Amino acid sequence: MNDTDLIWLALVIPTIGAGLIALTGRNPNLREAVTLVTSVALFATVMALMASVLDAIGPGIEIGFAVEPLGMIFAAVASTLWIVNSIYSIGYMRGNSEPRQTQFYVLFAVAIASAIGVAFSANLITLFLFYEILTLSTYPLVTHKGDENAKRSGRIYLLILLGTSMGLLLPAIIWTGVATGTVDFTTGGVLRGAVEGPLVAVLLALFMFGIGKAALMPFHFWLPAAMVAPTPVSALLHAVAVVKAGVFTVVKVIVYIFGVDYLAETGAGDWLTYVAGFTVIAASLVALRQDNLKKRLAYSTISQLSYVVLAAAILTPISIVGAALHIVAHAVSKITLFFAAGSIYTAAHLTEISQMKGIGRRMPWTMVAFAIGALSMIGIPPTAGFVSKWFILSGAMSSANWVAVGVIFLSTMLNAAYFMPIIYRAFMYAPDEPKDGKKPHGEAPFPIVLALTATAIGTVAMFFFPDVPFDLAASLAGQ
Amino acid sequence: MEHLPALQVVVPLLGAVFAALVRRGGPAWIISLGVSWAMPVIAFALLFQVQATGTISYELGGWAPPIGIEYRVDIVNAYMLVLVSIMAALVITYAPRSLASEIDEDKLGWTYSLYLLCLTGLLGILITGDAFNVFVFLEISSLATYGLIAMGRDRRAVLSAYQYLIVGTIGASFYVIGVGLLFVMTGTLNLVDIAQRLPQIEHTRSVAAALAFITVGISLKLALFPLHAWLPNAYTYAPSAISAFLASTATKVAIYLLLRFFYTVFGGAYVFSEIPVTVVLLVLSVAAMFGASIVAVFQSNLKRLLAYSSVAQVGYITLGIALANQTGLTGGIAHLFNHALIKGALFLAVGCIVYRIGGAKIEDLAGIGRKMPWTMAAFVIAGLGLIGVPGTAGFVSKWYLVAGALENGWWWLAFLIVISSLIAVVYVGRIVEIAWFREPSKTVIEGRAPPAEMIAVTWVLTAATVYFGLDADLTAGLAQRAAEVLAAGIEPGTLVPGVGQ
Repeated sequence: MNDTDLIWLALVIPTIGAGLIALTGRNPNLREAVTLVTSVALFATVMALMASVLDAIGPGIEIGFAVEPLGMIFAAVASTLWIVNSIYSIGYMRGNSEPRQTQFYVLFAVAIASAIGVAFSANLITLFLFYEILTLSTYPLVTHKGDENAKRSGRIYLLILLGTSMGLLLPAIIWTGVATGTVDFTTGGVLRGAVEGPLVAVLLALFMFGIGKAALMPFHFWLPAAMVAPTPVSALLHAVAVVKAGVFTVVKVIVYIFGVDYLAETGAGDWLTYVAGFTVIAASLVALRQDNLKKRLAYSTISQLSYVVLAAAILTPISIVGAALHIVAHAVSKITLFFAAGSIYTAAHLTEISQMKGIGRRMPWTMVAFAIGALSMIGIPPTAGFVSKWFILSGAMSSANWVAVGVIFLSTMLNAAYFMPIIYRAFMYAPDEPKDGKKPHGEAPFPIVLALTATAIGTVAMFFFPDVPFDLAASLAGQ
Repeated sequence: MEHLPALQVVVPLLGAVFAALVRRGGPAWIISLGVSWAMPVIAFALLFQVQATGTISYELGGWAPPIGIEYRVDIVNAYMLVLVSIMAALVITYAPRSLASEIDEDKLGWTYSLYLLCLTGLLGILITGDAFNVFVFLEISSLATYGLIAMGRDRRAVLSAYQYLIVGTIGASFYVIGVGLLFVMTGTLNLVDIAQRLPQIEHTRSVAAALAFITVGISLKLALFPLHAWLPNAYTYAPSAISAFLASTATKVAIYLLLRFFYTVFGGAYVFSEIPVTVVLLVLSVAAMFGASIVAVFQSNLKRLLAYSSVAQVGYITLGIALANQTGLTGGIAHLFNHALIKGALFLAVGCIVYRIGGAKIEDLAGIGRKMPWTMAAFVIAGLGLIGVPGTAGFVSKWYLVAGALENGWWWLAFLIVISSLIAVVYVGRIVEIAWFREPSKTVIEGRAPPAEMIAVTWVLTAATVYFGLDADLTAGLAQRAAEVLAAGIEPGTLVPGVGQ
């Protein structure tokens, strides 16, 4: 799209938005949603325009945007799920009469816009810019409740994410810039001939641990802490936008900065298999012991994120395809699980798994969707998780990486061990009768049920129609 | 047009006299406002002239140097003149109601007079090419500053001013001793002449002593750790608008002077390879970055917190000088500009807070974010600049500093820079938690809202912090050219022993 088109778009978007706002005036939530969608679309258009005006911040510091397959996957996932999540948010925020809803929606929009900025960054500096805006704009969402617990979690959130990104990722980016003279994402990588020997492994470590959003152990504590946020935040940001921005950056750096071949030749990435493998197993073990549903899902997320890192670290084209697909698969399944958790909280005010006996009989839609999401996490067909796991496993086997193969098998068992009991408890027990003679709760409000049904369908649909993400992922891996 | 360099100094000097004569606050402010806004116009005219035709040399009173005094404008001080004059103009626009609420009415006229006098001194230091003339302007600005600090209603303001007077006088004496030594050795006071004559005699002990005296003298004025003891008190008890003005101009001018002596007069090759200035400056800068930042975390007064943060930020600027390569120097000079914007915005925001609740105690800020959303939003954005978040001006300077450290092969230093900037997360975060997560106190609810011009000027600087974070062509680009001018003639990689290309 050239500049003239963009300028037209920048004029047309608010005009259409104004019309839609007038039409939806009767329904405040819909009106708010239209406002936000319009503003973000406009913001993105203006940012795209700005890229052609502002090609450089200062000498040697450039801002640029580019579209490539991996960014397209991430942006498509985040923006599609944002629509579903907006519907869900309306039900959730209203159902729980949360305070400061306008602030909530505004910050949410900023967060999504910066996730899109991350997706379309043409170089490390642009990526870093939006990466940090994403952290800062989600801080007030994490601390939304405003109580002591929220404040404490907010501290952990900010200190770990800013600490890793500023303390490790930024030096890594500047090192790359000083050593190679470029920070652009380049097919085949830029480091060959500029950084060599053991320094490659050091630089890789700076990048991998510096990308705190990928939640590689030991920098994962922020993710469970972030669970104090309202559930729509946990669902979209801490299962999709924020954490996927992390693993997206990991894959992007490995593919476009280091280069898969260069890393494979130097062997500098071998250690990453072990760290990612350890995180997969350790986080699953911790998840087993969590009684709080959102906490269990958070540790499951940490474990699943490291699947993507592990897949990238296997360094074969087929495993890179797996990594890209797993970003999609995990996004759509984990958002379903979080939607279900929020649905239970809204309808039944329950947060602990031990309280959820027989809940599947009172909330069949929610719990069926939950079961589908859980199956996908374990990797059982016909769900999205099976597709991505298949590619990761093929990659690991084709390169005879038996550590990775072992990790995947073991974690599949563990995933089953911490998800199956929830489903079993939900459907196989009879629910307790309410003690004070109140009417037992039923399903959550309609927008919530609609949203989680949609993502559950998406989880299954990706098994049967994986073409679009697969084609994108394949072109990323150069096949 | 040809008399612009003289007008840059003479106009505010005359303005100071008129302001003193009218005595009353209102008219004195009008005079100051007019004079202050004329300054950036002249400064920009000079900058464009320098960019078009090269260095401007102006003979004051028609007396040719070295007998007469030469005003000399190159890209380095043209850049500084723009910075200082714009900051002065913005602060004076902000100031009237803020000062009126913090200073007794009968002193207001004097305050404006001193303000212009201080500006005269600062612009004079920047523009003159004569070592003794620098001393004269240094004293003008310092004496005016002592008076400005003492204007605060808190009685400790007088004590702080006195403390600064003692330290400032020692600094100025050290400087003048150094200049005296140079005069004895070279027979001239003109900076360019001194620079030309020094190479023949640079191995004498007198020249080394002159460098030492001048460095220590200027370091006192720029508050280089551990010579910073005067600064926290001075910034804390001065009226808020004055703190903002001093924080964004006075120390910056002293840093300019240090750069001028290091690079133009003594020459980078001499300063950085003959004398262990790099090591000394490096250690002190890093100590400031960590020490002062950590002290800032534990302050109970917001102005004092920002003052300690200033000491730390000065550390980043001197670090850029100590790196002695062009990228590092670009970072240092860019940070000089960026920090002036950022700290100016922060102190102006604090001025709004003081206007509302009558003080700057951090405990009193409970819940203020809900009552003063605009002011506190500006505070947070400028605070992010202090941390060096990308998209703010602070990021640009940090980038060049880290890149400069890596060019020297100093990995450890690159990490020290980024880690120390994280301490700012703690002290800015602490204010955010108090301002938003607590219930508004009675003082906060009942306070009066600051007038529109105060918030508007605060936001001008805040917006500039973001703008120069996204488009740093003006700041980093000029800083880079200034660094080129300063480091001209120095082979890359030869300055610091043990650093190859």
